[in-house]
Amino acid sequence: MSCGCDKTKLFNSGVLVDRMPGAILPPQAEWEAKKNGYVVIECPQRIPCNPCATSCPTGAVVPFTDINDVPTIDYSKCTGCALCVAKCPGLACFVIDLTYSADKAVIKLPYELVPVPAKGDTVKCLDRTGNVVSEGEVSMVSEPLKDQTIVVSVVIPKDKVHEIRAIKAVG
Amino acid sequence: MRKTLETELLVIGGGAAGLCAAAEAAGAGVKTTVIESDLHPGGQLVKQTHKFFGSKDEYAGTRGYKISDILLDEIKGLGDKVEIKTNTTVTAYYPEEGIYTAMKGEDEYYRIKAKKTIVATGAQERLIPFPNNDLPGVYGAGAVQTLMNVYGVVPGKKVVMVGAGNIGLIVSYQLTQAGVEVAAVVEAMPRVGGYWVHAAKIRRLGIPILLQHTITEALGDQTITGAVIQPLNDKFERVGEPQKIDCDVICMAVGLTPTTELFWQAGCKMLFVPQLCGHVPFRDNTMRTSNPDIWVAGDASGIEEASAAMVEGRIAGFSAAKALGKNMEQTKFDEYWKRLEHLRAGEVGEKIRGGICQVLSAGWEA
Amino acid sequence: MELIKEHPILEYKHGKEVVFTLDGKELKGYAGEPIAMALHANGVHIYRITPEMKRPRGFFCAIGKCSSCFMVVDGVPNVRTCVTPLEAGMKVETQHGKGLVPLEAQ
Repeated sequence: MSCGCDKTKLFNSGVLVDRMPGAILPPQAEWEAKKNGYVVIECPQRIPCNPCATSCPTGAVVPFTDINDVPTIDYSKCTGCALCVAKCPGLACFVIDLTYSADKAVIKLPYELVPVPAKGDTVKCLDRTGNVVSEGEVSMVSEPLKDQTIVVSVVIPKDKVHEIRAIKAVG
Repeated sequence: MRKTLETELLVIGGGAAGLCAAAEAAGAGVKTTVIESDLHPGGQLVKQTHKFFGSKDEYAGTRGYKISDILLDEIKGLGDKVEIKTNTTVTAYYPEEGIYTAMKGEDEYYRIKAKKTIVATGAQERLIPFPNNDLPGVYGAGAVQTLMNVYGVVPGKKVVMVGAGNIGLIVSYQLTQAGVEVAAVVEAMPRVGGYWVHAAKIRRLGIPILLQHTITEALGDQTITGAVIQPLNDKFERVGEPQKIDCDVICMAVGLTPTTELFWQAGCKMLFVPQLCGHVPFRDNTMRTSNPDIWVAGDASGIEEASAAMVEGRIAGFSAAKALGKNMEQTKFDEYWKRLEHLRAGEVGEKIRGGICQVLSAGWEA
Repeated sequence: MELIKEHPILEYKHGKEVVFTLDGKELKGYAGEPIAMALHANGVHIYRITPEMKRPRGFFCAIGKCSSCFMVVDGVPNVRTCVTPLEAGMKVETQHGKGLVPLEAQ
């Protein structure tokens, strides 16, 4: 099934292909040293939505001047708490911790499907088009806002942190 | 038809806009009756499992069906100021006498006489032409939501979604949540029409979004067994190989059109506005139509997000209450308009802004 | 019945299970839920046959606006089954053509 392989068409179908405003990465050196990780948001379109900013307890997601702003991050304030991961209606916030081990990282991602994986489970890790790119081990499962959006922490290969954005749990 | 129900304010439609209109007006002390054709109030809100966008004022971050509960709680708190009549359809308006007729279920008919009316009748699903589009299994996206999200019925085994606007994208996600496979989302335009993040959410679960594709035929004898899709070029001409996809549901998310029969019957000044997806009534900034006793709110005034429908409902409820002689705080009205302007400010709101300016009247002659 | 067993967000509250008939055959459904939904849960997707082309029709909009799901219910034709609540013992029939109002039917 051809999806049109040029980058523009891929982006236009909902796949991030380049870093751009609303979808930028943390500064690499600080990121590698930051315990508990930094938020990575992938929300490059101006839409009327601001819960990432209003839910951020430290102001790391810089308060919007216009509700249509794309998020900008002040990484000096981000604690990696993942409240925005749980709150974002677009499921566009992730926290990635590069300090787990030499070759492993932890990604905290939002999850609203069944079955809900448990700590210690092995899950399939999917890239932005749903391809399985690795397996991962679930290190934590929480429901920060008690609203059925689960935040799942998964230990993944460090060289896949720019690819993995979803998981598939096996019931 | 001897019975006539009398009320100060009649709100036709108990969805996002209608409930907000009723809450606002009744909150100011207006005796309000809401007529809802479905078996329960809440309209499309009750079918939404995703968290809403917008700001806190529009319940951003809260799931749609929970927003419905919040609004119903607000109305409950107003005691006997609001009566909601479900399973009741307003069937006509007779302008000579200012009488509405309503039907409860299939057999109880009665008249309604109201001092003022807010029409919040919402919208209806569109369909596009292709062979066999009438077969059972070709369902509106809202119908699929009703089946699975309201009544917990499995809509089918494998779905082809037609349309990648917000509804097509969201319902694809909801189908995945219900454990139903989505074979593909087919979209004629070269980009998704809905929010990019809604597309990203289903792409990463492996659902293909086929841009510049259309459905050319539904397959099946008595019910759906498949869909034929084909690529389109930049001029929307069919090019390339048709492809068959096995499925038992073809879900149509190709847009909505405002439900406007009552405005026509009331002689409201109307205009066809493509950006608002159909004929809509002219309105002033209080949402009053050219008929001084009738206001409009929500999708009936033009297809837009539920967050905007809720604010429009507040504005219409506020204005109807004011017209009924209630003392209203003007700053609240200005605040509602500020919220609407924010919601419509971005690129996504450009179409809406372009549509509304065609039907916004500076004011009606007294 | 083909019901969703597990959902990550929703909990379904069903009414009382009742028996009704479709073209004389007994089926089960939940009282107070729309007839069309109860039929779909029983795997029934054809609700009527059109008057001229004799085409099968199911439901389409499920909000009482499109006329696709008309059936004969307790002898009354053209009932919008998507917004008509199911009751115990209801006699539901596939509608062939335009349907006859009860007086004519007698």
